[in-house]
Amino acid sequence: MDLAFFGVQLLNGLQYGLLLFLIASGLTLIFGIMGIINLAHGAMYMIGAYLVYDLTLRLGNFWLAIAVAIPIAVVLGLIIERLFLDTLYKRDHLYQVLLTFGLILVINEAQRIIWGGDVHSVAVPAPFDASLQLTDNLQYSVYRLFVMGVCLALAGVIYWVIRHTRLGIIIRAGAVNRDMVEGLGINVRTLFTLIFSVGVALTAFAGMIAAPLTSITPGMGDSILITCFVVVVIGGIGSIKGAFWGAILIGMAETFGSVLIPSIASMVIYLIMAAVLLVKPRGLFA
Amino acid sequence: MSDEPILATHGLTRRFGGLVAVNNVDFDVTPGEIHAILGPNGAGKSTLINLLSGEISPSEGQVLFHGKPIQGKSVRQIARMGIGRSHQKTNIFPRLNCLQNCELAGRIHMGGVFGSWRSRQRAQKVSERALDVLETCHLAHRAYTPAADMSYGEQRQLQIAMVLATAPSLMLLDEPMAGMGREETVQVTELLESLTDRYTLVLIEHDMDSVFRLADRITVMVDGCVLESGPTDQIRASEKVRDVYLGRHHEEATA
Amino acid sequence: MLHRYPKRVAIIMLVLLAIVATFPLWGPTLFGSQSDFILEKLTLMVILALFAMSLDLLVGVIGLVSLGHALFFGLGAYTLALASPEFDAASLWWMLPLVMLVAAVAALVVGLLVIRTKGIFFIMTTLAFGQMLYYLISTAPFAGGTDGVFIMFRPSVTAGESVLLDLDNPQTFFYLCLGMLVAGFLFLRWLTRSYFGQVLDGIHDNEHRMQALGYATGGYKLVAFVISGVLAAVAGMLAAMQYGFANPAQLGWHTSGEVLMMLILGGMGTIFGPILGAFAYEILLYVYEHLTVHWPILMGLTIIAAVLVLPRGIAGLIIAPPGKAELMKSPWLRRLGRNRPPADIPVKPAVPNKEG
Repeated sequence: MDLAFFGVQLLNGLQYGLLLFLIASGLTLIFGIMGIINLAHGAMYMIGAYLVYDLTLRLGNFWLAIAVAIPIAVVLGLIIERLFLDTLYKRDHLYQVLLTFGLILVINEAQRIIWGGDVHSVAVPAPFDASLQLTDNLQYSVYRLFVMGVCLALAGVIYWVIRHTRLGIIIRAGAVNRDMVEGLGINVRTLFTLIFSVGVALTAFAGMIAAPLTSITPGMGDSILITCFVVVVIGGIGSIKGAFWGAILIGMAETFGSVLIPSIASMVIYLIMAAVLLVKPRGLFA
Repeated sequence: MSDEPILATHGLTRRFGGLVAVNNVDFDVTPGEIHAILGPNGAGKSTLINLLSGEISPSEGQVLFHGKPIQGKSVRQIARMGIGRSHQKTNIFPRLNCLQNCELAGRIHMGGVFGSWRSRQRAQKVSERALDVLETCHLAHRAYTPAADMSYGEQRQLQIAMVLATAPSLMLLDEPMAGMGREETVQVTELLESLTDRYTLVLIEHDMDSVFRLADRITVMVDGCVLESGPTDQIRASEKVRDVYLGRHHEEATA
Repeated sequence: MLHRYPKRVAIIMLVLLAIVATFPLWGPTLFGSQSDFILEKLTLMVILALFAMSLDLLVGVIGLVSLGHALFFGLGAYTLALASPEFDAASLWWMLPLVMLVAAVAALVVGLLVIRTKGIFFIMTTLAFGQMLYYLISTAPFAGGTDGVFIMFRPSVTAGESVLLDLDNPQTFFYLCLGMLVAGFLFLRWLTRSYFGQVLDGIHDNEHRMQALGYATGGYKLVAFVISGVLAAVAGMLAAMQYGFANPAQLGWHTSGEVLMMLILGGMGTIFGPILGAFAYEILLYVYEHLTVHWPILMGLTIIAAVLVLPRGIAGLIIAPPGKAELMKSPWLRRLGRNRPPADIPVKPAVPNKEG
């Protein structure tokens, strides 16, 4: 493997990891603050991708599609939160698992009804539909660089909010001790709604910007969900920092795994998780 | 009471972030005594008892049980060494009946994971012991009542019974009378009094009447430090304690 | 006391058992040519009931929500498929112990890792380990990839030269599965009522307290995890015999989700509930599949409805029929302990297993 190829894989791993971070950060926030395990999180990623596919066809513009799709995804998330999750906050994780699993069945099938079972794709939008010439025979997609930039910017915003705002203090406190949030005299109901909306928006947005990079398939939400679980377990539940480094680690591991050791590539991330569990059963950053 | 202390702490300190919850505490318990810990809310009493039972580990200093440090041992191992504790929150198994609660507590001394499959003869012994303990705690008539269906006072008594059932050499009781009515408090005080000749107790309690009636020695804590420690009469007469603790206590009561 | 239920539970279960067990007698008269198909479905339900019951030990009894139980189900299926000789029938005499051994070892390894985690961590890690085996199997060349492995011959049950049970006969196979289910049920019933079971109940109620009493709760959970995995693997082996193949889907997390659905439909922590749940789930599935190709929507809504209005499942309805206002208020677990001896019975040392 020459250096340029290695560099490309490094970039790919970073880009994939950053995308995973967007999804995993929502997952870990929703658990850390709300105490909810939301299996339907991956389904929202899929919905994001399908929405942007559909709206790009209708509106003829990828960026416009994203602008319209984000509010739709957030409203969908709000409906789910108000209608179903509201009843689950005080209940056992088991019921959260079951209810959100039921939601997956409904959302996945609704997707089939609306968009069918075919694989779709979205064209890389202008002005990023170009490639950088790295070496004579290696190119790198500008859009991937753009995705990286957007993810890093969002990660920066999340970091700033958590470090420097009152909301951030609440989030950090909540991740350590959820009961404390209620003791801080905060309208918990509003906070939960906010957190859930942000979480859904992040994962759906990840699905949207990933749409031109991946094939849009019915099961895409399920596999990303499980990968993000691994990220969260490695990083430590409730920890945004953990989600970030966990996501980068897993992104790299999957990318390099599939290049270097394709025979066990799909197992690599689970082996990493097992190793982390052996050393730190509560995650690296818990 | 000239014996070696059953439990002793040296320079015990525990910090939570910037807060020093327990500050350089030297504390000991001699066999057969009731040693009460008094102090206003936030004085560090619960942290101290959690340090003694190994539920949290000290930032500095150490806890010696029978002269051996308990540091690095799990809650379970410490429990098996003979430190039994009750919690401030009622902490029973609501779905099991009274007798089963005590059996569960007592059976641990049959040993190992597979202790739960041991012989009938041993089971008989555990049951007898559990009933004994229930008798001591005036709960024998409730043996077959699910713990969830008992009154709050009875549940608190059951909690003490469960600690007794583990046959501890030292009992740590965290506010056994918390949330009880006058009558129940008297009842539990009498129960604890009846244990004095057989057990060694560390008692955290707010109810002053009970504490002065029960305790052989009292340690008064304020802001994580030991304010004064000594025989009950000494504490009762202490100006310092009256000023800081009883004064504040009195203010609270009249406020 | 706990895990002891009103008499009507036993009556209902025995009546249902009698109806199912005698199906080969009355089925053909009632359903004619359809009866073979129904027997096949019944066999599958019985197998899934064993699977669901095994998970109940973890989820319902200890409160450990596993989202990776299909790992053991699929492991049982693949052990059978891969260990069977290609052109001959394996003997159940060694196949069954082999499946149990493989599952026990796997459960021990996975268990050692996941038992260290709690709550939501446990859910995520069990799910992840389930997926790990899923990917391993579906990409491994020896395991037939996504197509799975076909099992040409069902194992035989022989004594010397004579065939004791001809498992290729659907009726015989049906009775074998039913026998396994009953045996599994009696075992779990005994286990949950034993001292060991009491410790598990204690862990469910308050693990921290159990540790403060001196219990090594991790050890108990691990033993239960292994038992649960072994039973699930037996169910998986039977399922592979029934289908005639082992398939990665049997390992996938949707299978783990389905079996959890069976639990909630049937009623958790009751051991008998999941049996009812497995039957209810399969019947619902059959009905929904005939109503619409988009049946997952109906199934999803059913589960959501069950979580919201019937969290105790069918078993909850049988144990404490609704109608008493107080029943709606107190936590459901408490109600399971309602069937207790009268308060005025003489106090005597008693082995809890003997009462009630």
